[in-house]
Amino acid sequence: MAKMKFLCDEERCIECNACVTACKNEHEVPWGVNRRRVVTLDDGLPGEKSISVACMHCTDAPCQAVCPVDCFYTTEDGVVLHDKDICIGCGYCFYACPFGAPQYPQEGAFGSRGKMDKCTFCAGGPEEDHSHEELEKYGRNRLAEGKLPLCAEMCSTKSLLAGDGDVVSELFRNRVVRRQGRQEAWGWDTAYNVK
Amino acid sequence: MSNTSSLNRRKKMMTWTGIIMLLAIFLLPMTGYISTGFATAAEEQVEATNPKSDYWRQVRDNVAGYSAVKGRETNELIQGSGQNWRQLRNGPIAQYGSWLLGVMLAVLAAFYFWRGEIKLSHPRTGKTVERWTLKERRIHWVTAGLFVILGVTGLSLLYGRLVLIPLLGHHGFASYAEIAKWTHNILGPIFMVGLISMIFNWFKLNFFNKIDLQWVKDFGGMIGDKHPPAEKLNAGEKMWFWSLVMMGLALCFTGLVLDFPNFDQQREVMQISHLIHVITAIGLIAFSFGHIYIATIGTEGALEGMVTGQVDTAWAQQHHDLWLKELNKKVTSDK
Repeated sequence: MAKMKFLCDEERCIECNACVTACKNEHEVPWGVNRRRVVTLDDGLPGEKSISVACMHCTDAPCQAVCPVDCFYTTEDGVVLHDKDICIGCGYCFYACPFGAPQYPQEGAFGSRGKMDKCTFCAGGPEEDHSHEELEKYGRNRLAEGKLPLCAEMCSTKSLLAGDGDVVSELFRNRVVRRQGRQEAWGWDTAYNVK
Repeated sequence: MSNTSSLNRRKKMMTWTGIIMLLAIFLLPMTGYISTGFATAAEEQVEATNPKSDYWRQVRDNVAGYSAVKGRETNELIQGSGQNWRQLRNGPIAQYGSWLLGVMLAVLAAFYFWRGEIKLSHPRTGKTVERWTLKERRIHWVTAGLFVILGVTGLSLLYGRLVLIPLLGHHGFASYAEIAKWTHNILGPIFMVGLISMIFNWFKLNFFNKIDLQWVKDFGGMIGDKHPPAEKLNAGEKMWFWSLVMMGLALCFTGLVLDFPNFDQQREVMQISHLIHVITAIGLIAFSFGHIYIATIGTEGALEGMVTGQVDTAWAQQHHDLWLKELNKKVTSDK
């Protein structure tokens, strides 16, 4: 079975934020929530590098482990999804996630949290594929259409890769060999190495 | 004469050799540090790191960068402390917490079967004295009621996944947990008001003194037939009060940090707050079991004081003799 992974090639990311915009548009994400973001380190300095980050769909997902209502599940493709009907907006997944993926639309005063929203790897949610409910709650289900996440599909420099981990790492390895450098698959140690 | 002096000399020699040997045993292995000390000094001079590894080090160390997406810590890549929080919460805290609560209940049950209710040693006199004013009782019961509700809803969030989901199902538990979360978040600050007014009201009564030491030594009369003297509050009540002051205030303060996430407090702050919150909460819940036991089925006539405000003088004489004496003195001096 495939194990879906994201990989952002920091040598290629040009911080255009198109992945962020595409994701927001594709899924009609609530106001104030961005499922993906680009982070630039050493901004404006020599050695500046950018990385696009969203939910990494971890193998042993911390969010899943701490959820008090057990709303997370991992699909056969290794995508970590959650059920918004069960989510109570407690914020625990946000405390636990190393990548800062879970976010909450504000519901009421004092920053009280609504149902958590995060990247679905364009795989929707527990509702029936392509149903109206799924679209409303989780956005488009591109995986069910046989497509990969939009952020990676439309990345102009092909910095952001998404798909089966083996295929993605093979692509990346070839690049690195051509560049004659060491392989640095960003965040993979945190997301996919089960300690 | 010469024999003794040579003996003395030999003794001296022996002691000195002994001291030198001991010094050598301790000091010679240390000489290794001289060479390593020089070596690290030399290393530092040629220290130059690979800029690429510096970059990845920054990512690992969660150095803040720039992100066009604005929000809480959106400019950070990997925040590792969440994993620690997860390990502590799901591991030792959940495990030892459940043990503490379970053992506490078991001990109280065993004590009840062994000792039973501590009866009044003298028959009721029919005369009563006021122990708690209406205001004090109101504060107590409001705070106590909120404590129970907050305790149940809070424990549901920690243990519900293990205990209640198998009973209620995912959707059933989620709808309860949603209500529990809101109840907890709204009643929490009100509990804080109750707790603080309780602290202010009973602060003066709760200073420890020598009488309390004796009370602790005699286990408050719980074991054996001794009735150690006590003022209006005995040492056990004072300990419960100071636990509420220290752990309760920590509980309330960390609760506020978690309840109002609109100040963009960082994840690490919330993780630490959560840990303090859950540890102090479990500690207080365990202590409250003891408090509730002693005040209800554990002691005859104790609950009346907090329900009606009045206690029988026989009860007061048995459990708080010094307080009763003081009350009598006041009455006679008023006359």
